[in-house]
Amino acid sequence: MASHEEIFQKVQTTLVDALGVDEEQVTPGATLQGDLEAESIDFLDIVFRLERNFGITIPRGELFPENLTSDASMIENGKLTAKGLEEIRARMPYADLTEFAKNPEVDRMGDLYTVDMLVRYVSDKLAAK
Amino acid sequence: MRWIWIDKFVEFRSGQFARSVKNLSLAEEHLHDHYPGFPVMPASLIIEGMAQTGGILVGEVKNFEDKVVLAKIPKAEFYGTACAGDQLIYDVTLVDHRAEGSVVECKAYLNGTENLLADVEIVFAHLDNSRANQIFGPKNFVFTKQLLGVLNLARAQQASIESDAGKKDT
Repeated sequence: MASHEEIFQKVQTTLVDALGVDEEQVTPGATLQGDLEAESIDFLDIVFRLERNFGITIPRGELFPENLTSDASMIENGKLTAKGLEEIRARMPYADLTEFAKNPEVDRMGDLYTVDMLVRYVSDKLAAK
Repeated sequence: MRWIWIDKFVEFRSGQFARSVKNLSLAEEHLHDHYPGFPVMPASLIIEGMAQTGGILVGEVKNFEDKVVLAKIPKAEFYGTACAGDQLIYDVTLVDHRAEGSVVECKAYLNGTENLLADVEIVFAHLDNSRANQIFGPKNFVFTKQLLGVLNLARAQQASIESDAGKKDT
């Protein structure tokens, strides 16, 4: 069973390959879209590479859920409602919502995708194998 | 307008691998501009040829129903140049295929399969039909008759070879 450090390093390499960034930029707290400038097609590339590098299967929408805010009752004045937050919590169990929940603006949802989140997700998948 | 950057398929294994050929000729307009006195095939058009080979390989899996578009080139390494009179061979392997998109690994060889000229990775997106239809209309603009014609010709030639072989046996 790979250690946390080993998993982190492999995720780091995956992101360096997928996003063309330097290793130093891929810190645990780095956000994929904000800090590492990932775009939507990069998310697909990341899924492909994580599957190949770790030998896991990532069903569609499990790591990067689609249509997260399609339900109008989840949003009010550009922020997630309590119902919205619960929905996100359920669909993204690997994300750390502590900071986001203090000011749940829809525009800030991209910040939920961090390197740490990927490491947690992969660790759980490997443990379940 | 002709936008075909491969001449022929020489091998096609559905869902797995395709090999195509591109012959470079001084009869091609762009080689006179790129560059005057030194007709070298632009790397971008080598990638386009690989993308067309890969796109057909990917599209054929679902009988060309999806709109398969080039979305990302994570890696493109070139080790030399190709000039008028040379022949390029594109070897494309399908590495990943799912509903949202596919990945192919491509190698270009110069005049035979010994000289590796380029190593390229291409990610395709499969446009979601509902949204794609809204924006682009229902017709599949990706797989034109011209593009599919290259694969159809290869299949017809292969069928002809097999038919001749069958006749010789009888």
